[in-house]
Amino acid sequence: MIKLEHNKDIPPVHFEFTGNTLFLKYSLSVYNTEQFMAKASRALESFDQKNLEINLDQLDYIDSVGVAGLNLLREKFRQRGFKITFTGGKEHIKKKLEIFSLHESITDKEVSRPSFFEKIGEAFDGLLRDYIYIFIILMANVVYWSVSDIFISKKQRRGEFYNQAVLIGVNAIWIVGALAFIIGLVMALQSSVQLRNFGANIYIVDLTVIAMMSEMGPLITAIIVAGRSGSSIAAEIATMKVTSELDALRTMGLHPVRFVVIPKMHGSIVTMPFLTLLANVMGILGGMVIAFVYLDITPQVFINRMTESLYNRDIFIGIFKSLVFASIIVLTGSFFGLRVKEGAEGVGKVTTKAVVTSISMVMVADSIMGLLFY
Amino acid sequence: MTQKKIIEVRALSKFLGDREILTDISFEAYEKDITVILGGSGAGKSVLLKHLLGLYIGEVGTVHILGKDIAEMEEEDLKDLYIQMGVFFQNGGLLNSLTVGENIALPLEQHTDLNDDLIKRVVWSKLQLVNLTDAYYLYPSQLSGGMLKRAALARAIVMDPRLLFCDEPGAGLDPVSLAALDELILNLREQMGMSIVIITHEVSSILRIADRIIFIDRGEKIFQGSLKNALESNIEQVHQFLEMGRSFPVNK
Repeated sequence: MIKLEHNKDIPPVHFEFTGNTLFLKYSLSVYNTEQFMAKASRALESFDQKNLEINLDQLDYIDSVGVAGLNLLREKFRQRGFKITFTGGKEHIKKKLEIFSLHESITDKEVSRPSFFEKIGEAFDGLLRDYIYIFIILMANVVYWSVSDIFISKKQRRGEFYNQAVLIGVNAIWIVGALAFIIGLVMALQSSVQLRNFGANIYIVDLTVIAMMSEMGPLITAIIVAGRSGSSIAAEIATMKVTSELDALRTMGLHPVRFVVIPKMHGSIVTMPFLTLLANVMGILGGMVIAFVYLDITPQVFINRMTESLYNRDIFIGIFKSLVFASIIVLTGSFFGLRVKEGAEGVGKVTTKAVVTSISMVMVADSIMGLLFY
Repeated sequence: MTQKKIIEVRALSKFLGDREILTDISFEAYEKDITVILGGSGAGKSVLLKHLLGLYIGEVGTVHILGKDIAEMEEEDLKDLYIQMGVFFQNGGLLNSLTVGENIALPLEQHTDLNDDLIKRVVWSKLQLVNLTDAYYLYPSQLSGGMLKRAALARAIVMDPRLLFCDEPGAGLDPVSLAALDELILNLREQMGMSIVIITHEVSSILRIADRIIFIDRGEKIFQGSLKNALESNIEQVHQFLEMGRSFPVNK
C-alpha cells in the first residue's frame, strides 16, 4: 500500500497476458509498482512457459521505482528458471529503463562476526587504548598546565578564569544552596523519628553536621555541578571540535587543552570548595529547622552541640573531596568533549556520557576517600 | 511549442522588521529549464528560495509552484508538493548518524510503503546516476566535499521530483569538482526531464548550465531572460557580474 496522497490522478496498474506476452499499460511508478509486482507475481505462479516477454509499448510513464520493480521481478523469476525480456516502449520509457537499471550488482556489506572471546578482547583493548590511555594523557596535560599556568598567567585569555568561575561556581549558588537545604531538612526529618523513639534527640545535631560536612555536602555539590557544568563543558568542547574551532586553535599554535580546559579547571577548583561549604551550611540549616520544629532543640543548643561534635578534620575532608570532585568533573567533561566523532548527534551522545561517567566517578572516588578517611 | 510554467512568482515582497528584503519580484521558471537565480551576497537570493520552498510566505504577492499557490495550501497538500520537489542544500543536509544509503532511502521509507528490496534498488540506481555506489555504506563524515554534494544530490532526486532546487551547489568545491557537478546536473535534466532552479553566484557554473537567468540585486529583480540575453545585457550589475566569468570556458 502506498501512503502517498497525490496519486488520485494516477491510473491503477493495468496489464494483460496474451500468449507468453504481458502487456503493461498506462503507468508504472512509485504509486503502483508494489501493486503491479504482487499481481504479476500471482499471475506468473500459474504461468506454464519458461519465456515471458513484457511489452512496454502501451506504457506512458515509468519512474525509477517502476524500473526497479520490473528488474526485481525479472530477477526473482530468473531464479525460478524463467526468462523475462522487456520489449517495445516509447523512447522516454526506454531511456528511463536504461538510466535506472543497475549496471553493477548491489554489493552487500561483509559482516564479520567475531567470536565471544574476540569481542571481549576487542572491548578490553578498546577500553585501554581509547579511554584509559587517552584519559591518562589528558590528566597529565591538565595537571601539568593547571600548575604551571598559575605562574604563567600570560598564557591564559584575560578574564577567562573569572568567566569560568562565574559559570561553574557563582551561577550554581542558588541551586546548590536550595537543594542542600532540602536534603538537610529531609535527612534530619527521617532521622528525627527514630532518634525520638530512643530519647536521643540531641544526636540529630551530630548526625546532620557530620553527614553534611564530610559526606553529603561535597557529594550533593558534585552531583549538581556534574549535571550542570559537566554537561556544558562536554557540549561546549564537543561543539568546538565539530566546528573545527579546536583545529583552528592548534594551527594558531595554541594547545586546545591548555586554552580551553585549563581555565575551566581553575574556575572549578577555586569555586567548588566554596560551593561545598555553602551546601554544608544550608544542609545544616535544614537540619536545624527540623531539630527546632520536631525535637524542640533550639538553634542555640544546636550550635553549642555542633561545636562539640564537629572537628576541623571533617571540614577539611569535605573540602579535599570537593577539590577531587571538581577535577573529576572537568576532566571527564573535557575528555568526552574532545572525543566527539560525529556532528550534532555526537555532541548529544558525549554530553550524556560525560554526565553519567562523571557522576559515577564522583561516587567511586567518594567511596574510596570514605574508606581512606574513615 | 510553448513551455509550461512550473514556477510563477507575482509581485512578491518580503519585510524582515522594517527592512524590505524582497521588493515586488515577479518571474517565471519553465518546465525542463535550468533557471539560475543570480545575485551578489546579501541580494536576497536565499530569502527568495525560502519563499519558493514555502518556508517563508511573502507579505505581498503570490508564489505558484507546479500551478498551486503555495501560501494557500493545506499542510497535507504541501506535503504532497514537497514529494514532487527535491531540494539540494548548500551543506548537503545529510544526517550524520545515517549512512549515505540510509540517508537517500529516508524519503522513500517515510513517504511510501515500498519493500526494502525495492527501496535498495532505487537508492542504488540514484547513487549510480551520481557515480557514488561505493559510498552506499559510508557515513557522511567519511565523504569528501565533492562526494557529499553528490550524495546530497542523490537524496534530492530519490523521489524522481519534477522540480529540483539547488542552493549554492558549487559552494566550497574546486573548479574541477564544480564542473563535474554541473555536468551531473545537466545530465539529470537530460535523463530525468526535471526542471531545475539553482541559486548560485558561481559565474563559471552559470555559463555552463543556465538556460534562463533571474538577476536579483538588493532585493529587486533587475533582469530576467536567457543566458545569451544576460551576456549581452546593458544592465551594469548584470554585465559586471557575468564579465568576471568570461575568462572561464563557455560550453553553451
